[in-house]
Amino acid sequence: MKIKLAQSAIEGSEINQLERVTGEELKRCYQCGKCSAGCPVSFAMDIPPTQIMRFLQLGMFDDVMKANSLWVCVGCLQCYARCPQGCSVANVLEGLRQMVLRKGEDHYGVKEISARFLEKAPQQAIVCGFRKFVS
Amino acid sequence: MKIPYYPGCTLNTVAKDFDLSAKTSALAMGFELAELPQWNCCGATFPLTPDNIIALTAPAKVLSNARLAGDTLTTLCSVCYNVLKRTNKVIRDDKERRSTINGFIEADYDGSLNIIHFLEILRDRIGFEKVKKAVKKPLNGLKAASYYGCMLLRPFEDMGIDDSEAPMIMENLVTALGAEPVTFPNKIECCGAHLAMNNEDIVTRLSGNVMTSAVNSGAEIIVTTCPLCHYNLEKSQPKVAESTPGYKNVPIVYFTQLLGLALGQNEAGLGFDKNQWDARPLLKKKGLL
Amino acid sequence: MPRIGVFVCQCGNNIAATVDTKKVAEEMKNLPGVVFACDYKFMCSSPGQDMLKNAIKDNKLDGVIVSACSPHMHEKTFRKACESAGLNPYQCEITNIREQCSWVHHDKTKKAGTLKSADLTRMTIERLKKNKPLAKIKIPVKKKAIVIGGGIAGIQAALDIAEGGVDVIIVEKEPSIGGNMARLSETFPTMDCSQCILTPKMVEAELHERITLYTYSEIEKVDGYIGNFTVQIRRKSKYVDEERCTGCGECIEKCPFKVDSAFELGMTKRKVIYTPFPQSVPNVPVIDAPNCTKIQKDKCGVCAIVCGPKCIDFKMEDKIVTVEAGAIIVATGYQLMPNERFGEYGYGRIKDVISGMQFERLASASGPTGGEIKRPSDGKVPRSVVFIQCAGSRDEKKGVSYCSKVCCMYTAKHTMLYSHKVHHGQSYVFYMDIRAGGKRYEEFVRRAIEHDNAMYLRGRVSRVYERDGKVLVQGADTLSGNQVEIEADMVVLATAIISRDGADTLAQKLSIGYDKYKFYNEYHPKLKPVETVTAGIFLAGTCMGPMDIPDSVAQGSAAASKVLSLFSADEMTREPITAIVNKVTCNSCWDCLTACPYSAIERDAVKNRQGVITKWLAKVNEGVCQGCGVCVAACRSKSIDLRGYTDEQVFAAINAF
Repeated sequence: MKIKLAQSAIEGSEINQLERVTGEELKRCYQCGKCSAGCPVSFAMDIPPTQIMRFLQLGMFDDVMKANSLWVCVGCLQCYARCPQGCSVANVLEGLRQMVLRKGEDHYGVKEISARFLEKAPQQAIVCGFRKFVS
Repeated sequence: MKIPYYPGCTLNTVAKDFDLSAKTSALAMGFELAELPQWNCCGATFPLTPDNIIALTAPAKVLSNARLAGDTLTTLCSVCYNVLKRTNKVIRDDKERRSTINGFIEADYDGSLNIIHFLEILRDRIGFEKVKKAVKKPLNGLKAASYYGCMLLRPFEDMGIDDSEAPMIMENLVTALGAEPVTFPNKIECCGAHLAMNNEDIVTRLSGNVMTSAVNSGAEIIVTTCPLCHYNLEKSQPKVAESTPGYKNVPIVYFTQLLGLALGQNEAGLGFDKNQWDARPLLKKKGLL
Repeated sequence: MPRIGVFVCQCGNNIAATVDTKKVAEEMKNLPGVVFACDYKFMCSSPGQDMLKNAIKDNKLDGVIVSACSPHMHEKTFRKACESAGLNPYQCEITNIREQCSWVHHDKTKKAGTLKSADLTRMTIERLKKNKPLAKIKIPVKKKAIVIGGGIAGIQAALDIAEGGVDVIIVEKEPSIGGNMARLSETFPTMDCSQCILTPKMVEAELHERITLYTYSEIEKVDGYIGNFTVQIRRKSKYVDEERCTGCGECIEKCPFKVDSAFELGMTKRKVIYTPFPQSVPNVPVIDAPNCTKIQKDKCGVCAIVCGPKCIDFKMEDKIVTVEAGAIIVATGYQLMPNERFGEYGYGRIKDVISGMQFERLASASGPTGGEIKRPSDGKVPRSVVFIQCAGSRDEKKGVSYCSKVCCMYTAKHTMLYSHKVHHGQSYVFYMDIRAGGKRYEEFVRRAIEHDNAMYLRGRVSRVYERDGKVLVQGADTLSGNQVEIEADMVVLATAIISRDGADTLAQKLSIGYDKYKFYNEYHPKLKPVETVTAGIFLAGTCMGPMDIPDSVAQGSAAASKVLSLFSADEMTREPITAIVNKVTCNSCWDCLTACPYSAIERDAVKNRQGVITKWLAKVNEGVCQGCGVCVAACRSKSIDLRGYTDEQVFAAINAF
């Protein structure tokens, strides 16, 4: 893939908004890879945590928004706990989710939940799931 | 001694065994978990962006009500503990967000509550030495793996209950109860959490990693402190056993169930019947029932 | 009437663009006492200086004003020129009409600039009229140096000073000199054995007639000033008489108690009476008092029984020795960050996770395994080793933000040593950047990768844990974008270099600066790299920050050359801008003494004819005084003045404004 770099993308309004919403400074990330190394769900992500940060540094907001990484991250904070720069990819991904959900675009619908799940599942899983996936 | 107690939604429903065994054990240890007269759901997840203030209002309301009951609040569920403790810190340290939140919930809460986990009561207020002395039926020979998961420990600077990489609080408790602690590599890894709702594959894989890691390290029983971890492990076990040659299912219990048993409480009041993988045959085999 | 000459510099266009220098000169001519005034393109140039010298002679000037740039630039130049024309150099004053006037004006009509330049020059003229000729202060120099720290930087400095014919004392905290370098196996990029190149220098230092070794000693107190320091050194009790000990080692052999060896980083035991390593210099054992049962409980005493020359004394006490020296070199070195701070790497919990320094000992022929790479848990030869770089370095959250500079190179060296010693082994290196700037350094790293088959992975490690006797490493390779899991036999952490415990306390004793990491500050990072803000105290090696052996040695030599050049004359001269006390009006309130930041105020006894002390008065030690003027401001009876900046001079200047 060839990336056309431009200042307008690097300093794009979505990127600014993301930094404002999350309080994270994207350029602090120096790409050491420690977050990807420890992420328990990295195997299921189409863009792993370290690259999420890199893509955003390059202003590739749209590519990141398409990634399933947003919805796979459970927020276990393993990335943040060990980040030498004090960045939290989990927070960044939550910010991205929030930006989607605030547009009213649900990731998951109530009807999709199976009855079997509802029967035995802890309430907290349902509440948490809705908070993460539903606007 | 009465300690104000927040059960949270799950302990009032599917994790009744956790609630029950904790209350019973507390009485046996000489204190009472006094459930708050009024409480609501904590929100089940701490919002990771500072911008999401609305998600802080539910836990803030719990805290503000709890403050009327005393200066301390204890809880059992790891997620509740995480959400309440972190929210409390935000309200205590961030004046701006404090006033916004108070505006929403129509209260004047200042973050002066001390949020402690049940484990902290045992370790810091009572002391594991005293717990050990109170043990009537030592869990001799029981190889118990303590599974911490994420929310009890991270982020360290907010939670601070124990070392976030190598916690020992549960092992130390299990040791005090006379059991043999099994420490295993994956004890601080994620179980898959709320993905239980829509991504069973990931949950099975993550919970599977936890359980195989524990069992390979010699565990006969896994001890947890979170109803969601408990659920994910229990539910994933058949698939894990299916795909892991030589794997044998193990019971997954709450630490309070073992605590109550060791303190000589009647098994019937500890909710062992509610566990999907019955611990009683194992406990009988070990002569503990 | 004084005979003053005024020289206004145009500084090319720097001044002339906004100041009419000719007009300033013309105006000055009208002032009483001014007998000569002119302007010129570049006063600091050779012709400019000649012009000044000739004007002094021709007009019999007794005072000179140069209105030009800041006195920081050319005060020395012009004073020297005046001196060569027979004028007392302190009768030359500079008016700053560039930095403080022309550069801040943009007005091309030159009106404001000219007005201000004239004002400033007039003020200096009035000030000059109150000047008194001053003479440079001469201070005797005690030609002896103290080197604090006996690592490679300190040893090099001491040897160079001694070779220059000056006596030098090495003060070393440990029982032996040699420092961290004594621990290393081989050294990059030449791969020569560290001890083979270090021990000859250690022995040379021991045998040199001009070098005195104070091992097992620490700095207690430092007084005085450049050329004249008084240093108190605590010589900790070794419980062994150094003079009589023959170094036979019988006591060590027979001592029945063992504790962890700090030199071997806990990988083996040493006796309670010990030398840190076999080639220790001096080869005199010390008793580790807290662990000695004879000293603690009066039981045992075997060492004293077996000692032939009877040099063991359990009652020996610390001694404080006072030394006078003209210069001090600080070469106290570094230590390593505790790896336990990084729980994710499991150091301290997992036996086969070791530090880079421990690997050095494993690879060293004199180390606990005799140079064979064996892992600590079971003594097996590891078939695969993972090296983790930046363990603490470049980690703002839990470690230090800086790069420790040597780890990239020593890790490459470790992979080579490993591949040379374990032929079919595989090494892996997790790195963020390979920093191999240095002569033959990059080639060295390439050799590790291409020739010695080290697998370099660009990424960091998230977690290390144990499983079935293996050490599992969970990392990332960011170049391929994948998680990496390695089942290793051993993990080596490239630990961050940090300053020594107590570095700040020593700095306070010496009045030298240090940064937030407690590394010592050089006077100027580029142009005065081994000097400190305190004259006469120099720095060398890693007490300033991470550096490798070549740099440490170069700095040791650099500091030594500074000391030798300081000692090249019998007396030092310094500027006479110092405070002076009026003995008639001083009422001994001692406010000056508490105010002085340099401890330059002394109590001076005044005696009557019978030699009886009648009172004490304040006196300024000219060797120490820096001319800051704090005492002048503090003095209630206005009994202190600052030479070159007397109240009379300053008021004269203000009145002329």
